[in-house]
Formats: sequence, structure tokens, C-alpha cells
Amino acid sequence: MSDKDPSKLKPNRPKLSLHVPEPPARPGETPDFSSVKVPPAGAAPRPDVAAPATETHPLTMSLVRVLDEENKAVGPWDPKLDAETLRKMLRDMVTVRVFDDRMYRAQRQGKTSFYMKCTGEEAIAVSAANALDREDMNFPTYRQQGLLIARGYPMVEMMNQIYSNKGDKLQGRQLPIMYSDKAHGFFSISGNLGTQYPQAVGWAMASAIKGDSRIAMGWTGEGATAEGDFHAALTFATVYNAPVILAVVNNQWAISSYSGIAGGERATFAQRALGYGVAGLRVDGNDALAVFAAVRWAADRARANYGPTLIEFFTYRAEGHSTSDDPSGYRPSNEAKLWPLGDPIERLKGHLIGLGEWDDERHSAMVDEIAADVRSAQKEAEKKGTLATASIDFPQDVRTMFNDVYEEMPWNLKEQQQDMVDELEAKRQWPR
Amino acid sequence: MNMIQALNSAHDVMMERDQGMVVLGEDVGFFGGVFRVTEGLQKKYGKQRVFDTPIAENGIIATAIGMATYGLRPVAEIQFADYIYPAYDQIVSEAARIRYRTAGEWTVPMVIRSPYGGGIFGGQTHSQSTEALFAHVAGVKTVIPSNPYDAKGLLISAIEDNDPVLFFEPKRIYNGPFDGFFDRPLTPWAKTDAADVPEGYYTVPLGKAAVVREGEEVTVLSYGTMVHVALATVRELGIDAEVIDLRSIVPLDIETIEDSVKKTGRCVVVHEATRTNGFGAELAALVQERCFYHLEAPVQRATGFDTPYPHSLEWAYFPGPVRIGTAIKKALEV
Repeated sequence: MSDKDPSKLKPNRPKLSLHVPEPPARPGETPDFSSVKVPPAGAAPRPDVAAPATETHPLTMSLVRVLDEENKAVGPWDPKLDAETLRKMLRDMVTVRVFDDRMYRAQRQGKTSFYMKCTGEEAIAVSAANALDREDMNFPTYRQQGLLIARGYPMVEMMNQIYSNKGDKLQGRQLPIMYSDKAHGFFSISGNLGTQYPQAVGWAMASAIKGDSRIAMGWTGEGATAEGDFHAALTFATVYNAPVILAVVNNQWAISSYSGIAGGERATFAQRALGYGVAGLRVDGNDALAVFAAVRWAADRARANYGPTLIEFFTYRAEGHSTSDDPSGYRPSNEAKLWPLGDPIERLKGHLIGLGEWDDERHSAMVDEIAADVRSAQKEAEKKGTLATASIDFPQDVRTMFNDVYEEMPWNLKEQQQDMVDELEAKRQWPR
Repeated sequence: MNMIQALNSAHDVMMERDQGMVVLGEDVGFFGGVFRVTEGLQKKYGKQRVFDTPIAENGIIATAIGMATYGLRPVAEIQFADYIYPAYDQIVSEAARIRYRTAGEWTVPMVIRSPYGGGIFGGQTHSQSTEALFAHVAGVKTVIPSNPYDAKGLLISAIEDNDPVLFFEPKRIYNGPFDGFFDRPLTPWAKTDAADVPEGYYTVPLGKAAVVREGEEVTVLSYGTMVHVALATVRELGIDAEVIDLRSIVPLDIETIEDSVKKTGRCVVVHEATRTNGFGAELAALVQERCFYHLEAPVQRATGFDTPYPHSLEWAYFPGPVRIGTAIKKALEV
């Protein structure tokens, strides 16, 4: 030990220690959600959309909930949706779940390299899509497939992208599930976390500059709120009063790191709104009606030039992060089943049944019908190939690899394109 | 016009023509930028189209990307090229790739302007030449003018371009050309032909180099401030050099380079940036690949050193006429 060791020089000072947050339970331990405070449904007040941001700030620490323990809609946030809309939302959510299961299996069968499910989070993207205008723009992350499903994007198109097959409009350049579709208000997904968040703000600023009436919704997970882009997005959103909804989907887990590692141990993610003077809401993400009501409230607010809203959707990632992840390595295996906010599909289904607008028989018939639709979409997509075949006999015209780097292809890419064609020809002739 | 006025005029001409063009950056609005390139634009076009931003380079570029995906044409200023790093991810992972990853469904027609380069006692954080970092990335273009006429024409081309363009402005010669000696005053642009900048719209195409001095003995490849230092050097040494101003390094005018080197048989590359993995390395490799049998001597480089920019030692660091002259003589010796 050096003679400059501070403990020798300052013997009366206590030793410092680093705090590293740990989740309440690890594999082999009993799941512990005692820290999750679930207020009764209907208890949260609903401010006017024109209210100053500060009036929403108490709502960043509670939880906006509409469906009670009996799945009845209660309180001021009840969006009072008609049965047809509720059935559509239920159908969209079930479709997402069935689609996820099917594509997860396709990955396990080696038909694609990668897949990400959103099991347990279906209400969030589906309800948001139903609450937004069809023309509003989303800057999503990789767990908002519900936005596309709810807006009627063809499942075959999604599968073509997952398979990187001949029908893939992105020409095999993007990782599976990183969809892009302008016409369905779905911006291209980036694997670099959080980058889309300030881009959404920029899109919304542009809409305001042009005197448009469309708004943008930016999406991020709770883990990526630690990225600098998150803070840039909130700063720009508040400075320019951008017509944007900024969603944080807090599903508790960023791969194996629990939300405390992202900074969620001492403050909610919704509370991030306070320091920026942005309206903030914390919402039960497994309650389709609460999600709908919150997004509609924020959309109305943005559209009326009252500015941005940060919404934390409090939920639980019931499955692994991706097909490359095994959650049993870092959390109790039965944790998802004990999540205190329940399953979003079961809750909405129960609500519709309670209204007398649905029953188990119709539900199981719908599930069967959706399963058949998904299977037939899969068959159709697989006619155009899967990634397994793609890496052997390239489904795309390989020369397209050099397209769209720039609007016009420069000389160096043209030369490299020719080199690649020659190389492939030489490979074919290579002695075996 | 000096280069600042020429750049200002390019903004003005394009804002008039394209209602979708917006200007954003730190201090660009009311004040017109610390170098005054955007002076008067907010007054003329309003705060909806020219506005100050928070000090968050990633936010400036990210929101500009969002605006471009909406359909606007944002021109974002990063106050010094040294401050571009917080935005690096947004530029190289996002702006550069959005067209590619969406197979052309989304495009990012935006310009990122930034003063670059040394010779103003700016220390480590106001002097760097960062162009090679971007020239290495597929999907962005990198443009560097060397005189007011080109600056205006190239900036107009950059604004009209449908790809993201990095536009680095050589701040050492904002006010006039410069021969590389710290103790000699700037010549005002007013005394040169390049100061003769038309008021209205015109373009200088991206990817077309200019042969600024014809010669037979050696080809000198350069851009930005260093074009002037190279010119002064060959003039003072009485060397019959062909000096080429690349104007943009991506896209690169390989034809002009090839033609010249095949004619002279010798090549020297000059830039301010650090040497290792600088753009000069790419130029030397290209010349070697394409002109090897015409070369009489190895390609030489005159560049900055592989150190951060040292404030008080700036004039020892700066690649001036002596370093350039030495490199040229070396190329001529063999």
C-alpha cells in the first residue's frame, strides 16, 4: 500500500462503496413484485388537454388505469370506446401474438436469423395505433410490430422482410423485424438504440413548421432512456413545443439488465418529463383502454399546439429479448406469470365479455381464424424463399447491394459492383 | 464577396427558391452564426425557417434528419468541425444509411455545414480537419470549397443534392487566400477573381475537381485551405506543378486525378488533417493502383502530424510551404 493511501491519511472517513442496482429476484428465487405499487383503476385524475404540464406531473408517479380487477372500465380516463373498436383492438392484439409465435418458430426452424416477440406488450402498440390518426407518423423500436398490424399492413410483407426473400421490399439489407413503411406511418428501425427518438421530434417540428396537422410519436425502451439522444429529444421537444408523443415502453428488462440499471430505481421514467417541463403520464401498459386514452389525450394535446407528452407504459417483457436471448439465465422463470398487471389480451377479452359483446366461443373461433390467416400468409411468403435459401442462392439480384448508397451510383461503387459479379462467377467455377 | 458572404448568398438564393429549406444550429438565428454565415436570414425568412438550437449536436443532426424525412431540406450548422463528434452516430449510423436500409423509401436530403481546419490559434477544439472520418462512411458526401465562387456554387449543389452532405468550410480562408506563413497577412478575396461571385443562382457540381494550375512536373492533390498553400509553395519554388483542387472528396473526381498523374508521373498529396489514415492515404493508394506504371517516384504526403492540434505550437504543426516543398522535392528527386 502506498503511503498516499487516503485511508491512512484520513482515518475518520468512512469507506465509500459503489451501488450497483440489483433486481428483487434472480433465477431460483421467488419473484418479488412488492415494489410495484398498483393503484386502483379509475383513481388517477384526467387533466384537461390544455392543462399546464405541471398539472400532469403527479401522474408521472402513479399509474393511469381504466380496467379494474373485474375488467370493468372505470374512472375519468375511460375512453368509452364502442364495441366494434374494442373488438378490432382485441383482434389486432391476438394477431400480433399469433404472428409472433409463428415467426419465433420460423426462426427456430432456421428460416430466418432473428426474431423479437412483444409478448405481454401487445396492448401498447395496438392501442396507440388505434388512438392516433392514420396519417400520424411513428418512429418505432423493434417491439412495435402492433403498429403495423393495427394499421392493416399485410402480414406477407412483414414476413418477406423477416425472410429477406425475393419479396422483401428492403432488398435483404435490414435485420429481420426492422420494417419500414412510409405509407403506414412506420419509420425505418435502427439497431442503434434511441436514435429514432430525436428524429421523431424533428419530424414533428417539420410538421409544425409547415403548418401541417399531423403529429409524430417517438418510441423507446426504458433501457435506451440512458442514451444521450433521449435527452436531446426531450430538450428539443420542449424548446420548440413540438407536436410529438414520446413513449417509453418500460418492460422492465433491457436484455438481462433490469430497469434499475437504466436509472429507474429512484425515479420513474415518466418523471423524466418534469425537468423538461413536458407533460408526463405513467400508464398501465397492460390495460388497452388506459393506453388508448393516454395516447388520445397526448395526441389531442399535441394537435392543439399544447406541446409534447412523455408517456411511460409500464409493462413486462414476458419473453426473452430476442431469439438470441435466454431469460432463464437472469430472472426467475415464472416471473412473467406473476406480473401484477396481468395479461393485456385476457384483460381486454374479459372487458368485452363483461359488456356482453364477446364470449369464449367467438374468441376461440377468432383465434383459429387468425391462426389460419397467419399460416396462409406464411405459406405465401415462403413461396418467395426464406433466409435459409437466401444465403445459398441469393434471392435478391446481388447487384442491388450497391443501389441506394447514394441517389446515383459513383464510379467506385460501379467498379466494386463489377468486381463482385466477377467474383461470384469465379466462385461458381472454383474447383471443388 | 468573401467566402462568408458567398455562403450567405447561397443560403439566401436557395431559401428564396425552396420553401422547404430550413436553417438550424447554435447561434445561427438572431446573431447569424459566430462566423456570420447565416446573418440576416432569420430576419428575411422568419423564425420558422431559421432558428437557434440548444447546444446538443446530436439533437441538431437528429432533428434535422427527422425534418428531412418529413420532406424539408434542412441545413444544419455545427459551430466547429471539432464539435461534430456527439452527432457522429446520427450522421454515420442514421443519415448515411436511411436511404440504403429502406431501399430508397426514405431519403435524407440535408446539409451539415461546419467550419474546419487550423491556422487561427484555435487550439485542440477549434482546429481539426475531420473529413476523413466521414469519407470512410458509405452514404454521406463530403465537400470542401477553397474559394468564394466555388463555396457558393458547391453549397447550392449540396442543398439540392438528395443525399446527406457534409460541407466543411475552411475558416482560415473565410476572409481571403493564405500562403501558409503565419506572419504574412491574409490577402483579401477582393483582389482575386474568385471573389467575383454572381448574386443569383448557379451551381458548381459535386464530384468535379478543378485544375487550378496546370503543370508538367508533378501533380499536387489538395482541397480547402491547403490549395492556396500548395499554390504559393510551387509558385515560390518555381516548380512546374499541376495543382488540383478536389472540391469534394466524396464523390471523388478520379478521372482528373488519373489524367494529371499519368501526365506528370509524380504525385504529392496535401491536407491539414493528421497523416495516418487521413484522406491522403486513400489518394495515394488510388494513384498507386491506377497510375503505377506512369509513376516516376513514390507518392508523397504533406499533412498534419499524428498528434492533437497543439495550441501554442500551431505553426510547427501546420503543414506549410516548407513541408509541402520538401514533399514535392522528394517526389522530384527520384
